[in-house]
Amino acid sequence: MTALYKHPEFRLGARDMMAVAPGMAAWGLMTGVAMIKSGLSLVEVLMMGLLVFAGSSQLAALPLIIAGAPMWVVLATALCVNLRFMVFSVHLRSYVMHQSFWRRLVSGYFTTDPTYVQFTKRFPHPADDAAGKRAEEAYLAGNSALGWVNWIVASLLGMALANAIPVSWGLGFAGILALLGILNSLATTRLRVLAAAVAGSVAVVTYALPLKLNIIVAIVLAVAVCLLLEKPFLEAHARKANMPKKQP
Amino acid sequence: MNTATDLWTVVTIVGMALLTIVTRCFFFLSSNPWPMPAWLQRGLHYAPIAALAAVIVPEMVTTQGQLITTWQDARLFAVAAGVGWYYWKRGMLGTIIAGMAVYLPLHVGLGW
Repeated sequence: MTALYKHPEFRLGARDMMAVAPGMAAWGLMTGVAMIKSGLSLVEVLMMGLLVFAGSSQLAALPLIIAGAPMWVVLATALCVNLRFMVFSVHLRSYVMHQSFWRRLVSGYFTTDPTYVQFTKRFPHPADDAAGKRAEEAYLAGNSALGWVNWIVASLLGMALANAIPVSWGLGFAGILALLGILNSLATTRLRVLAAAVAGSVAVVTYALPLKLNIIVAIVLAVAVCLLLEKPFLEAHARKANMPKKQP
Repeated sequence: MNTATDLWTVVTIVGMALLTIVTRCFFFLSSNPWPMPAWLQRGLHYAPIAALAAVIVPEMVTTQGQLITTWQDARLFAVAAGVGWYYWKRGMLGTIIAGMAVYLPLHVGLGW
């Protein structure tokens, strides 16, 4: 069995991540800056930067840690911000169950938002043969390896340059634009556009919910609305397609 | 940055790292067979785009939890430029660059 990184899909996964890497790097950079400026000690900043590997959860937890919030509040917030990853894990289950327990932990840990989205876009259905599974593993490895290196280097750079980069410039917005690019690439059907519209609106309307629960509420509602509309929508399409054509 | 390392903070950070692993792996921690209902399988086709929208839309149109009431916000123009670029050229990197090219002058220059 040849090494994963020699598989052509490894390169393809890395190439897809490369397209959004600058945005994710800007986000990692500003997360590094925010961590240093928060007043945590260098050891704490380094540990958070190297181990947690979840930007949204880091940014949500920082102000709570600084304010001296009880540990359970910090962890409950991190958990809620991360709830969307549990949805991802339902989806990824059929792609990774052939792996050993420890291998699955590695696959899961490195699967960030862009990696999950790009992976399920590249492989809409899990492979059922060994060669296909190998291709999936190689793509996931290439994509998440580049994503990890990019994020960690950017975070470290942000820590080092914390006093030279003003937070007020808002460079972190590039991370949002990177995710926006991925969102656009997923908007391939009308129901998916609807899912984005519902989830985006619900997340704004329910923003006041504690612990960033608005995100998971938005995902669940958007998926539910699309499932409810799917059948009538598809039937309407089928009717339209079956209508006899007018003679010219 | 002058503070000493605090054990409880370190424990909290390790806890956060464990949460990253547990949530990202949650439904494949156990190898017991777990037949997924067909509706859930279909629903998952909408989950990726919904998750992205739920994460980014509030970052585009709210300030401190409130929906913005002005059009003089650099983010709105940056998003328009990014989306415009995407549908014009289909490039992911271009979306980021076009967006930031509009965002930075408005935000840093005009303070929007």
